[in-house]
Amino acid sequence: MNPTSDKVLLSARGIVKNYGHVQALGGANFELREHEIHALVGDNGAGKSTLIKVFSGDVQPDEGVLEIDGRPARFASPRDAQVAGIETVYQDLALASTLDTAMNIHLGRELLVRGPLAKLGFINRRAMKRNAAEQLKELGIELPSFTIPVSDLSGGQRQAVAVARAAAWGRRILIMDEPVAALAPQQTEFVLSLMRRARDDRGLAVIFISHNLPHVFLASDRVTVLRHGQTVLTKPTAETDVEELLRAMTGIMNTEGRASA
Amino acid sequence: MNIGTHGSASSEHSPAKQLRELAARFFKLESALLVAILGAMIVIFTILSPSGEFFSSGNIRSIALDTSEILVLSAGEMLIIVAAGLDLSIGSVVVFSSVVGAKTLVALSGSPAQVAQFTYPHLALGITAGVAVAVLAGLGWGLVNGLLTAKWGVPPFIVTLGTLSVAVGLAQVITGGLNVPNIPPALQNSYGSGQLFGIPWLVWTAIIVVGILWVLLELTRYGLHTYAIGASPEAARRAGINVRLHTISLYGLMGLLAGIVGVMDVARFDTASIFAHTQDNLTAITAAVIGGTSLFGGRGRMLGTVIGAFIPATLRNGFVLIGVEPFWQNVALGSVLITAVYIDQMRRRRARIA
Ligand SMILES: Nc1ncnc2c1ncn2[C@@H]1O[C@H](COP(=O)(O)OP(=O)(O)O)[C@@H](O)[C@H]1O
Ligand SMILES: [Mg+2]
Repeated sequence: MNPTSDKVLLSARGIVKNYGHVQALGGANFELREHEIHALVGDNGAGKSTLIKVFSGDVQPDEGVLEIDGRPARFASPRDAQVAGIETVYQDLALASTLDTAMNIHLGRELLVRGPLAKLGFINRRAMKRNAAEQLKELGIELPSFTIPVSDLSGGQRQAVAVARAAAWGRRILIMDEPVAALAPQQTEFVLSLMRRARDDRGLAVIFISHNLPHVFLASDRVTVLRHGQTVLTKPTAETDVEELLRAMTGIMNTEGRASA
Repeated sequence: MNIGTHGSASSEHSPAKQLRELAARFFKLESALLVAILGAMIVIFTILSPSGEFFSSGNIRSIALDTSEILVLSAGEMLIIVAAGLDLSIGSVVVFSSVVGAKTLVALSGSPAQVAQFTYPHLALGITAGVAVAVLAGLGWGLVNGLLTAKWGVPPFIVTLGTLSVAVGLAQVITGGLNVPNIPPALQNSYGSGQLFGIPWLVWTAIIVVGILWVLLELTRYGLHTYAIGASPEAARRAGINVRLHTISLYGLMGLLAGIVGVMDVARFDTASIFAHTQDNLTAITAAVIGGTSLFGGRGRMLGTVIGAFIPATLRNGFVLIGVEPFWQNVALGSVLITAVYIDQMRRRRARIA
């Protein structure tokens, strides 16, 4: 296992988020250290996606403290989180379906033409296409075409675009909400290795949500379990096992000592 | 490792890939198809009209003049539809703008007694102020539409249906239900019926405005964000785009354009006519949709909209010249519209399957 540094990069304490009468988060805690892959697990509806949306500026919590580098942070919009170096692959991907791959990768961060026209916001499509090609090549992702709308790509290819965008722009924290859900085994292995490279080669910290516990044990340094919007366990992955995680996720033990829903 | 190797899409000569490329090429051709349709209309009308009258420079000029106002409105409406919005209030805003612009113009050009005798000692001041008031009034209505849509999250269909009614109602209150009289003929003589290189100033205005919007949509960040918001406001927001502000600016821009059209209208007809423009919203939406703009947002090309805007006046004019009852224009236009919507539906279905 990769020796993670002890320096805390992101810390969240007592995060509460209500949607009407539904409490998505009821005081969740989370701590992300530098250079670690931190798995976030829990049952459907446990609040995993909501929690990472707080980190990505997509959701504003009702209560709780968020700190980056030990300093209080408030993300009023996804832009704020991006500025802090946080990039996210959302569970529902969030691509602009009618735009092509290169535009999706650069959306919100367009490359402009040189000269005075840049002041007027003239975009440089050629440069974006070139840059997207480079980024994808560096990440080892191949796509059939940059110029067709992403709605014409397969599910796995769209996933690749979303992953590529986050990996290309992430400077400090990479968040992946079930990034392998739509992928074949070979592609899954690819995404897991991409997370490792992000950590080892580029020094990023990764938050990795997965339903698949074998993936968690394969890829993560530490693991946090959410249940009903609360944090019930955080441990180095090497010091826990499937049984313990399942027990934490469900809160139930049956007579054979095996967890079940 | 190759994450793209999903399904058959990345193998070089697979049928799926070929089909996809063929489809992509067809949709690029869509604009070409529209050009061909308009071209065919022109050829047919020219052959059938007495001594080719349809294609005379005078007649072409007249079609362009009849299209100039709707062209400006269609281009703006198209931007809003690309962002998955809708503005039904544009005709009312044109009327409101032309009324307050004309009122200002008349009031500042001279004393009531002077104006009644068509004497305008302060003509330059009056025209400047009138134009400014008209354009700003349009902008104001647009911002109202944008703010209500973006802040309240009320569907733009409802918001602009409301302002459609309020704007024209206020215009009627201001004028007592009468057209604004005593507008200085100088405005019409110079701008409204003037020409440059044989092309009317009103047509030049449309060319310039549409050109700017074209560049804005296709070449700038603003345009790209407009497409992105139409494709998925959620994706746009998460990419760091200020979706609310952008939406407000789009409706504001549309209002501004309606204000400009208000000025064009006063200059052309030498009056602020409060009973006109009731169909402008539908005509502009039709132009955009015929031109391939998807009502679901995220898709559309300016060239298509421009052609779509020319089709109604071309049909009307052509039918008159070849002696077909002009009522057929509506039948033809509606059929073209339904065909365009059908194509859009097919495209969406194909996109979902792919
Ligand atoms: N935008 C929303 N509106 C209403 N309820 C929501 C919303 N987002 C999440 N929830 C609810 O909050 C709970 C947690 O959801 P989520 O964070 O998506 O869980 P997970 O990702 O762990 O499956 C669920 O009960 C879900 O229905
Ligand atoms: Mg989730």
